[in-house]
Amino acid sequence: MTKNEILQLLPYAPPFLFVDTIEEIDAEQVTGTYTFRPDMPCYQGHFKGHPVTPGVLLTEVMAQVGLACLGIYLSGDEIKEQLPAVAMTASQVDFYLPVLPGETVKAQATKIYFRFNKLKCRVALYNTAGEIVCEGIIEGMIIKQKNG
Amino acid sequence: MDKETFIEQLREIVRPYAKNQEALAGINANTDFITDLKINSANLVDVVLDVEEKYDIVIQNEEMERMLNVQAAMDIVEAKLKEK
Repeated sequence: MTKNEILQLLPYAPPFLFVDTIEEIDAEQVTGTYTFRPDMPCYQGHFKGHPVTPGVLLTEVMAQVGLACLGIYLSGDEIKEQLPAVAMTASQVDFYLPVLPGETVKAQATKIYFRFNKLKCRVALYNTAGEIVCEGIIEGMIIKQKNG
Repeated sequence: MDKETFIEQLREIVRPYAKNQEALAGINANTDFITDLKINSANLVDVVLDVEEKYDIVIQNEEMERMLNVQAAMDIVEAKLKEK
């Protein structure tokens, strides 16, 4: 499956699509990038007069790259026929640096396991200076709709 | 392996994932992982992976789908151990 096909199969759309590019992907790991547009509404309130990207959105970038993109890649052609539902089932993330409006981040995820439709990954997010912004472990499930 | 030993071992495996401690204390062959112990479907995968590790067996997708209570887990593990 090509990087472009994976992006097309992602179940997200703006304003909740948080992957711009997939840089590298194989059965064990994935890297992808996202740029936080300065006009995103969340910056008006997080925080008052002091815009900082919310941690939940940093986690979301890691989940969309590390769970959704890699999960689609690992599921292969079987999901092309019917788009599955996905759900993040757990996350444990430590945050180190703020991400400001306009910054581009790179998410890196390494598979811990993919069994019984559950993907668990070690994830990290880096800024353009290569500094670590946050890291942790996230997991999610692919929920296949039963036919009939 | 007798039934009591298996249930005791399984209790320790599910302990980190069980939300209902009362049901965990009273675990028996009829205990359902999801409705009684309140384990979610994502953590049930970890229970199955931990069972695989503990008994050095490999559980297939269709067996995983059936492994919803203590009795089913015991039947699957026993069958796997006999195959070895």
